[in-house]
Amino acid sequence: MSLQTVLESGAFAVTAEIGPLKGTDVTELMAVAQVLLGKVTAVNVTDQQSSVMRLGSLTVSHLLLEKGLEPVFQLTCRDRNRIALQSDLLSASVLGVKNVLAITGDLPQLGDHPQAKPVYDLDSVQLLSVIGKLNSGFDMNGNALKGKTDFFPGAVVNPGANTETSLKFQLLKMEKKMEAGARFFQTQAIFEPDRFYEFMKRAQSFRVPILAGIIPLKNANMARFMNKNVAGVHVPDAMIKQMADAKDKTQTGVEIASALIRSLKDISQGVHIMPIGWEAKVPQILAGAGLIKVEQPAVTLQQGGG
Amino acid sequence: MILSELKPTDEILGFLKNDRNVFILSCNGCAQSSGTGGPQQMAVMKAKLWENGKTVTGTMAVDFLCEKALVNSRLRGRRDQISISDSILVMTCGIGVQAVAASVPLTCHPACNTLNLGGTRGEWPGSERCDECGECVLDYTGGICPRTACTKGLMNGQCGGSSNGKCEINPGIECGWERIDKRMESLNQLDKLKSLLSPRDYAKSRPAPKIVNTPIFAVDTFAPKEVSVK
Repeated sequence: MSLQTVLESGAFAVTAEIGPLKGTDVTELMAVAQVLLGKVTAVNVTDQQSSVMRLGSLTVSHLLLEKGLEPVFQLTCRDRNRIALQSDLLSASVLGVKNVLAITGDLPQLGDHPQAKPVYDLDSVQLLSVIGKLNSGFDMNGNALKGKTDFFPGAVVNPGANTETSLKFQLLKMEKKMEAGARFFQTQAIFEPDRFYEFMKRAQSFRVPILAGIIPLKNANMARFMNKNVAGVHVPDAMIKQMADAKDKTQTGVEIASALIRSLKDISQGVHIMPIGWEAKVPQILAGAGLIKVEQPAVTLQQGGG
Repeated sequence: MILSELKPTDEILGFLKNDRNVFILSCNGCAQSSGTGGPQQMAVMKAKLWENGKTVTGTMAVDFLCEKALVNSRLRGRRDQISISDSILVMTCGIGVQAVAASVPLTCHPACNTLNLGGTRGEWPGSERCDECGECVLDYTGGICPRTACTKGLMNGQCGGSSNGKCEINPGIECGWERIDKRMESLNQLDKLKSLLSPRDYAKSRPAPKIVNTPIFAVDTFAPKEVSVK
């Protein structure tokens, strides 16, 4: 079932994120795709994430489609002007891509080409409006298209805004994104379900599917790093301690992620897992959250059946 | 007002690698207030060139090097010095260097980098910035310009990078959109923030052809083409 069908039916969706690598070797990427096949509703393909130059999100979206996985094509406004954005959207449509996540994009200063010209010809809200225009058969200047697009546009929201003012204005911007055509939202990583619940209470009236972001922790330092450097992410001290004290950090990281999903399951319409290198652990995390059946080794299955 | 800074000496000496005799020209206008032109800076530069084995054939500070008619008339009196020079080192902004290059058939080396003003008017002490976009939106944003106050120049609200009211690029920078949002809240005009602001029309921020092609100072039109050096 497509992401759109799942979300519009009110069912629970699981998306995971994969980041194209720097270079042309896609062996690892395709192995990750194989792991996710059949386990998730759709897979986000990041677009030059953190402003680091990599293989393009459109090409990888296409490779996923060929593999039988539904991509969520992430498109940022940082690197393309309005002509390139619209052209890439037409290309995506021709390649069969349905889901587009419209993002403004991190500043180039944060990445590996800090000298780059930041484009931002459009912002995420304007890009969503443009996607709507393309869907209705026109480019953003009203010129008719020969063959229109049929995108399911989504956007991001940061529910962890750490001041009341920024939370209020994140909600205001979210509303604006909806008005511009966003049909689903994916959030920044959540580590405090209670705070997320407060956000959801306020966003409830929007009646739009929201997929809560999950980042599995690899160790305590990663958590501390995110607290310091990633806007809107806050890992509570108790969780950092749990990671620091853990004997098997991998197992603990997976368990924490599963537990977070269990507590977010009833207050969101899906989860969006950003594994950052731990793509292979996604099935384990989902199994721990009770979202998919635990995979048994073939031998065990035979025994069970015998 | 144009702001400039002196290039590193090594870079300048690199430019002058194949030149033995150098004439120094500097500007008493913006470059002097930037500390990169005018008689004092020129004297320092002259000493540096001598130290590095160059012969300074002459020096001259002109009131405004961007004014070609003035450049022409002033250089006329120094024809002898210029004619024995291999090149001219010009201590001023990019406009001045181009104006001198258009007036003298010699290599003109820039001694300065012209700095981006980021919407300021040179060394004006205020913190307000105008990007001259040609489609002012200050009415929607409470008199705070989103194009210049937001690091990304976003038009429809703060991005996810805002943290504790600061920009993610530098905690020393206030999030421009948080400032706008707060201001609109205090003005009780939050509704205005719901307007979807359209993409910028960059055609409006190109200078009009009459500004580009018409000399502002009519005297420029009558200036002789070049100062002869032969």
